[in-house]
Amino acid sequence: MATLLQQLINGLVLGGLIALIALGYTMVYGIIQLINFAHGEVFMVGGFASLATYSYVLPDGLKSDWWFALPLMAIGGALVAVILAVIMERFAYRPLRNAPRLAPLITALGVSVILKEAVRLWYPGATAPVPFPRVFVNKTFTFEVFDGSITIGSTAILMIVVSIVGAIILQTYITRSRMGRAMRATAQDPDTARLMGVNPNRTIVLTFVIGAALAGIAGVLYGIQITNVDTEVGFLYGIFAFTAAVLGGVGSIKGAVIGGFAIGLVKTLSGQYLPGGTQYDLVWIFVILIAVLVFRPQGLFGEPERVRA
Amino acid sequence: MRNQTVKAGVLVAGALLLAACGTNKTESGAGGGNQSCDQSKGTLVIGVIAPQSGGLSALGLGIKNSAQLAADQANEKCAVKGYKLAVQTEDDQATAQVGAQAATRLSSNANVVGVVGTLNSSVAQSVQPILKGKNIVQISPANTNPSLTRGKDYGTAPKRDFETYFRVCATDDLQGPFAAKYLVGKAGKKSIAIITDGKTYGEGLAAEFKKQAEKDGAKIVASAKVGEKDTDFAGVIATIKGSNPDAIYYGGEYPQAGPLSKQAKDAGLAVPVMGGDGIYDQKFIDLGGKEGDLATSVGAPTDTLPSAKAFIDAYKAKGFKDDFSAYGAFSYDATNAIIGSLAKAIEGGDWSDSKRADLIKNVQSYSAQGATGEIKFDEYGDSTNKLLTVYKVSGGKWVADETGTFGG
Repeated sequence: MATLLQQLINGLVLGGLIALIALGYTMVYGIIQLINFAHGEVFMVGGFASLATYSYVLPDGLKSDWWFALPLMAIGGALVAVILAVIMERFAYRPLRNAPRLAPLITALGVSVILKEAVRLWYPGATAPVPFPRVFVNKTFTFEVFDGSITIGSTAILMIVVSIVGAIILQTYITRSRMGRAMRATAQDPDTARLMGVNPNRTIVLTFVIGAALAGIAGVLYGIQITNVDTEVGFLYGIFAFTAAVLGGVGSIKGAVIGGFAIGLVKTLSGQYLPGGTQYDLVWIFVILIAVLVFRPQGLFGEPERVRA
Repeated sequence: MRNQTVKAGVLVAGALLLAACGTNKTESGAGGGNQSCDQSKGTLVIGVIAPQSGGLSALGLGIKNSAQLAADQANEKCAVKGYKLAVQTEDDQATAQVGAQAATRLSSNANVVGVVGTLNSSVAQSVQPILKGKNIVQISPANTNPSLTRGKDYGTAPKRDFETYFRVCATDDLQGPFAAKYLVGKAGKKSIAIITDGKTYGEGLAAEFKKQAEKDGAKIVASAKVGEKDTDFAGVIATIKGSNPDAIYYGGEYPQAGPLSKQAKDAGLAVPVMGGDGIYDQKFIDLGGKEGDLATSVGAPTDTLPSAKAFIDAYKAKGFKDDFSAYGAFSYDATNAIIGSLAKAIEGGDWSDSKRADLIKNVQSYSAQGATGEIKFDEYGDSTNKLLTVYKVSGGKWVADETGTFGG
């Protein structure tokens, strides 16, 4: 029982991270039907940028004050991620907006390779995993339950909280604000939206910016939780997040969050209870993805009640 | 339309997963030259196959630099008459398939006399047949899986499949039991959890460890596997935590082992993690290896061997950017074994393919005092030097705890 609870918690922590990244996937897809494969790398760059903020920007005296250091790192990570996403949108995706769908998809792959290799070459020591400081209250909470104990770290709690709060704010913003309405209008029909006075370019850039900011923050949270960053993680978590977005129904905010948590839980629970153990946990994630695509191609929260970003 | 895009996306994602271990990078080390030697006959190349990028590059760069050092010294001393020696390094990215490409590229060059490498036993498996096909001698500074020299029935019916293959380090059928003796006997751990990364090296080492640990009266309370690219080990830690192990034995390498040790502690499982030579690197500690974690590694500690002092001084004098790390001294010895045997093989003659058989014969009978001790090979191509050392993390550093040989 304690093991089950522990695995549920582990799944939620992993799921929170995946959900944060998946939000960016789903929003961009919702508005321009582009599967931005470079989004996982934006997350990775966010992690490295926040580490650089810590190492090179933050004064030594303030490194142990997490209430100052952590927000600054989050801002640094998100800022670099946002700048990157804006450049990416402007030079890689905008020229291809009216091209056949596969063209921007392949471009996204190219951008992803460029980003990964650029960080690997230029960030000092990034040819191997780089240690990341745990800039947060480093505390673990242990609860005695039934036949054992479960443990959860403060960074893990932060991860779950940030992802849920982030999704709620985003959902509110998209359904309530003026810019949110512009986003939904552009998603439905860019030409009509333009006739109604919406600037589609600005709206699309904003979508990229929001997605990248969330990915940048996810990068910081990943760093303090796992305590290292590696250029490889963008790819792995990008695939997780993409799967989460497809599972939840691409374009749906709620779907991305629930898809993220579902994948986190499937990974940890299948590693515990299914044959093959942790060596095969990724297999089950993709088995579920295939099953969803076969039986419900629009995803769990796709099309009908979809709130498009 | 939209579903088609999603489907295309899924296809691409799948293709990406398959191609995750993609391209190949080449770096060429220039051989240091000394013009006072006769180098009129051209350049002969010693190939190095080791990871130059990715998580294991700390070990691979040490291997490359040390091979370069040996070649430079040989050039200065005019060790090979008439020829200049150069080192050509191929990045295997710690991947068998990329390693095979690297071996193919090196073996297509008629001037490649021998190969130093690989780091990973799994990569060696794919490199061995390619080099054997061209009769190119290979000396590994770091492969510890016993089947590479003695075949898959190494315990009962040893059989040498690759007479071109040699190694200068001790093997896992000694290293695993040596670790078990220490962990069960000396450290008194009786309920041990085993985690492996599923690769040739990790699996083999853990299996050898398990045999001896059980013989010595310890119980293996849990076994689990992690993926080679995993970074989040909360799941696997929770699966073994229920069985309350008092130590974790990890068969694998430091990019996973370091974070694993830290995450286990975070999850309330603050027991020592022990591993083999694959985790014996400073990076293990940087990435989260904690005080009291243990590792075995091949040979005696490099900095305590009097024979290693000259190597360390020369390495430092060269000003390499990277540390020589766990296998530097072994790589230096391996390279010198090739150079020494090469010099003998072409004494007074020219290099040609027909000299390869002589070169292999000379390596087989090679004997010299190297940086890691006596360098000599037995009938299977294994080193006769069976020294192993247990290291312990203490004060943020690996500190040698016990050196010896495994005596059954």
